[in-house]
Formats: sequence, structure tokens, C-alpha cells
Amino acid sequence: MAPAVPRSGDAIFANVERVNAELFTLTYGAIVRQLLTDLEEVEEVNKQLDQMGYNIGIRLIDEFLAKSNVTRCVDFRETAEVIAKVGFKMFLGVTASVTNWDTAGTCCSLILEDNPLVDFVELPDTCQGLYYCNILSGVVRGALEMVSMKTEVTWVRDMLRGDDAFELQVKLLKQVPEEYPYKDDE
Amino acid sequence: MQFFGGSEISPSPPLPTASGNNAHMMYIFNRNGVCLLYREWNRPLRTLDSNQDHKLMFGLLFSLKSLTAKMDPSSAEKGNLGVPQLPGQGCSFHSFRTNTYKLSFMESPSGIKIILVTHPKASDLRESLKYIYNLYVEYVVKNPLYTPGTPIRSELFNTTLDQYVRGLG
Repeated sequence: MAPAVPRSGDAIFANVERVNAELFTLTYGAIVRQLLTDLEEVEEVNKQLDQMGYNIGIRLIDEFLAKSNVTRCVDFRETAEVIAKVGFKMFLGVTASVTNWDTAGTCCSLILEDNPLVDFVELPDTCQGLYYCNILSGVVRGALEMVSMKTEVTWVRDMLRGDDAFELQVKLLKQVPEEYPYKDDE
Repeated sequence: MQFFGGSEISPSPPLPTASGNNAHMMYIFNRNGVCLLYREWNRPLRTLDSNQDHKLMFGLLFSLKSLTAKMDPSSAEKGNLGVPQLPGQGCSFHSFRTNTYKLSFMESPSGIKIILVTHPKASDLRESLKYIYNLYVEYVVKNPLYTPGTPIRSELFNTTLDQYVRGLG
């Protein structure tokens, strides 16, 4: 029998190496600041953060799978629960809640009440279009793509823009079946 | 087509040597069938060039997996043989044994396949493969200079792997 899938990331979080939260927050802040200087356009920064997150996500998935002992999820609902309860806990130290399911079970929202990335942050007037945490959406998208799920991840609510929580909408576009990668004539 | 092993299969394979090295070779594939790593410790007979050999191994696993899922008596919903499966569908095998070798196989949901070929008397290696997956994460995935999807060239990973595999029973 496969070991039971952990329903909480607490035990794993206790066992992985961690860095000081403030160092992490400030480092992330410095990256965003530098991107704003380099790219000038807020829209470009959003894109770049998403791309950086994607690159992290496609690697992070293997660490997640290796350390969490999670096996295949039966459906997208379970996947979302595992991301919210185990994934976020393991890498960010907080948990998210999953709500707003559509009837088909392919679209839901991850809600973060507590987000260590935004401590000390206030958006100035010049950066109103910035999705400060856009790296997170990239991470989720990249990680899911590596387990054969094409998704679209967008921010619905953002505390830095005056909302009461962070809400990340995850929409499953399609599941890619495993295919034989070689052509016959090779 | 020649299958590795060829015609000269001795009735019983040589017993593990005193040094304790039971492993013959190891492969790591990614989801696209790229052979990320091939390590060889003890392989006297070779019949194919390495590229063909890797492809054959990947093809064997791919077909075997679809076969094992097709034969599964406990599952009601089954696709036709050879029809691509969605991730999470179907069962999977973890090892097979011939009279001369044992092949242990692990696949992560992200499509990383780890294959270890050992002496047939080797015990259950599922935990060991999981450990190797952890090594892969620590030494390869976390290396910022490694480009995902390319063959692994890491001395440190190779050394650690050699050491670990040598200690396997």
C-alpha cells in the first residue's frame, strides 16, 4: 500500500531547512525593486515575475514530491487541497484555504490570509498595476505543468490593492496524457 | 532486433562479489524520454549502442506500464491498450526479475523515472529508489546551473550515487 498522503505540511515543514523570514521577505523585495528599475514597465515586471516563478515551479515540484511522499492525486480537487495544505506550508510556512469551486471542479480559488512575501510592503502610486506576488502564480503554474496539468493562474484579490485577502484563482485548462516520446522512424 | 542479454544467458548469474556491489546499471529518464543519467557499474555484455539501449529501456518501461494497467483486475475503467493514459490513471509496476537480473523501477508523478538493474537476489529496492530520487533533488534540481531536461553532468551526484549504490544489499 502506498503511504497515506499527508494532509498537512507541518511535519515536513519542521524537517526542511529554513531561512530567516525577514531575510526572505527583504530579498524578494529587493528582486522586485531591481526588476522595476531594470524593466521600467509594471506590466513587464509582472510578466518577468511570473516567468521566474514558472522556472522555480518546474524544479520545486520534484523537491515537493520527494519530500512529501504525495502520490498521484485522483482529481483536481485533491490536487488543490494538497497545494494549499502541504505545498504552501512546506515552502512558505503558511497554509491556504480552497474555495469557490465551479460546478465542473476545474476552477477554484486559493486564499492566503497570511502572506510572508508582503510584510513591510506598500505599493506606491507609481506601481498600482503591479502584482507584487506574481511569482507565486508562476510557481503554481510551473509545478502543475510538470505533473501534466495545464493551468491558468490569476490573482483575484490582493491585499496590497486594498482587498481583505490574497486570492489566487487556479483554472485547469487540460490534462495532458502521457505519450510515447519517440517517433517510429528514429 | 537484438535484446540485451543476447543468447548467452548463463544458468545462474555470478554471485555478488565480496565488495558488495550488486548493481549493474542505472538509468534516469525524464517525462520526455530523455536519458538524464546512465551509470554503469558492472555490465560485461553490451549489444547496442548507448542511444538505442536507452530508447529500448524507455520503450520497455512504457509498454510494460500500459500492459500492467491493462491487466489490472481491480480497476473497472480501462482504456484500450496503447491509448495514452491521463496522469494518475492506471496502476504501475515496481520491479521485475529474470533469472539473471532484477529491474527496479520508480516513477514520480512529475515523470522522472529511475531504473536500477541489480543482481536478481536483491531485496525490495523501492525505498532505495526513493532515496535516489531525493539525491537527484538535492544534487541536480537544486543546482542553479543545471538546465532542466538536459543530461546530468555532476561529479558530486555521481560520487554520492556510486557510494550509495555500493552499499545496497
